[in-house]
Amino acid sequence: MKKLINEPDDVVDEMLDGMTAAYPDRLRRLPDTQVLVRDDAPVEGKVALVTGGGSGHEPTHAGYVGDGMLDGAAAGDVFSSPTADEFEALIDACDAGDGVLAIIKNYEGDVMNFETAIELAEMEGVEVESVVVNDDVAVEDSLYTSGRRGVCGTILVHKAAGAKAAAGADLSEVKRVAEKVIDNVGTMGTALTSCVTPEKGEPTFDLGDDEIELGIGIHGEPGTERTELMPADEITDALTEAVLDDLDLDDGREVLTIVNGMGGTPQMELFVVNRRLQELLGERGLETWDAWVGDYMTSLDMMGASVTVCAVDDELKELLGAPADTPALTRTQ
Amino acid sequence: MSGEEDGEAASAGEATDGAAVVAAVEAVADRFESERDHLTELDSAIGDADHGGNMARGWAAAAEAARDLDDPDPQAVCRTVGKTLMAEVGGASGPLFGGSFVFASAELDDGVTAESAVAFAETYLEKVEDRGDARVGDQTVVDALTPAVHTFKKSVETDDLPPLEALAKAVDAAERGVAFTVPIRARKGRASYLGWRSVGHQDPGATSALFILEELLATAADALDSEVPDVDATSPTIPDEAPEETAGDGDGDATPEDED
Repeated sequence: MKKLINEPDDVVDEMLDGMTAAYPDRLRRLPDTQVLVRDDAPVEGKVALVTGGGSGHEPTHAGYVGDGMLDGAAAGDVFSSPTADEFEALIDACDAGDGVLAIIKNYEGDVMNFETAIELAEMEGVEVESVVVNDDVAVEDSLYTSGRRGVCGTILVHKAAGAKAAAGADLSEVKRVAEKVIDNVGTMGTALTSCVTPEKGEPTFDLGDDEIELGIGIHGEPGTERTELMPADEITDALTEAVLDDLDLDDGREVLTIVNGMGGTPQMELFVVNRRLQELLGERGLETWDAWVGDYMTSLDMMGASVTVCAVDDELKELLGAPADTPALTRTQ
Repeated sequence: MSGEEDGEAASAGEATDGAAVVAAVEAVADRFESERDHLTELDSAIGDADHGGNMARGWAAAAEAARDLDDPDPQAVCRTVGKTLMAEVGGASGPLFGGSFVFASAELDDGVTAESAVAFAETYLEKVEDRGDARVGDQTVVDALTPAVHTFKKSVETDDLPPLEALAKAVDAAERGVAFTVPIRARKGRASYLGWRSVGHQDPGATSALFILEELLATAADALDSEVPDVDATSPTIPDEAPEETAGDGDGDATPEDED
């Protein structure tokens, strides 16, 4: 499998240096860590938002560091959680004295390492709260989690909580908003191919040319069903129906949708999926308030996509639509 | 818990100095180096086959960091060991083995005595249980730690045994705790995904805990210039909280019939 890399062991380190070189006035790398923070961190007078997780999901996580979203992000090795001391360094670097909200995707390693870091930071007098995102409706327990996995819906948590923090809200308010998004969002994904990790250099799992896996996780871990390749509309229906059945929204509810690419699928195909998604929402009596299409949380070079639906009210619309200025996501008003 | 006053602490034995703790850490590091393949073999049966390498690398770094300390009092050594393990081991083992070390080191404000060792052990177990959300019977490190910690506490506080004998009893309890992981089914950690296929495998994490305790005991015996005492094998293995059942927990997971 062809990869544009040097040594597999150096990929994350070199990626992080490449990111800071791309955004020298926005991102700063903490010395001797894999942590990227806002160049102006800690930001005085603001609750800090931090997150992190394995690498390979770019632009997640550091791509969302900036005005209106995150203050910093810790990068683990490919598909591996950052260690607790990296998370602790992240929290310390971002705290300006107004508290820190840690946004954790529900994966066992991320949860354990982040919780350990939070407890250590609290021993040093930092006020830290956390939320665990578990938007993946596909599986209840998985290879890496107890409970549902945290996937692309996490970006909306970064966005809404980030806007709330930027508006000067206190830690409990920022956390409340984060939890509100978590309560109202669902995601399900599919893989058309396996991803290829730099270290292994070959597909993580076998998927036939005529097969897809529904309910796939963002590390290529097993989903709910392996089935024959279907037209885009049928796949979109399967993903969307699973999400909508889980959310169980009333007629007329407004929603924000994301069609997220897994890294190896062209935008052309993502828009094809979005077309069917919007049709389906109309048939279901839901109103689209905003529709995002692109690579938001990837799985290296995996071909495939996920569908995220988030029910919004006036408060979430204001926050999700508020200005943001980060490498991977910008909004202007 | 007593032992606040110097007199009581002294009655339970001399406080251990930092050099002895560093020696213990070095012994643990050597042990993990020699058990690297053994642990990896255990982990490859039910996990992702990195436990042996992770522990060997982590403890080697911990020993080095401990040796480099300017003022190696026991608390500083334990804190450094924990921090280094967190950084080097990664995965779930980093916070479980390393993070818990950092938190437990808070109990060593006045050095290592029998009493502070009990407090250390209890905090360590509590942190592992909470972080891993695991209890006895889940086929995890808790299966070795719980009987060891309970036995150590009872031996020190109730039976008034000398520290070395209490530690020997704890190691004996941990040994049987490790054996207990073989016939049961994993309900936490990566192995739980295997459902019934985890039955019949010895838990690598519990095994690692036993190695650590065995090396502590050997180093403590060395430091006190004594033999490792023989203990009878009647100390309670799983005091008070034996699992209600080790199979068929009725939560909808795979049953034997589902297994191919």
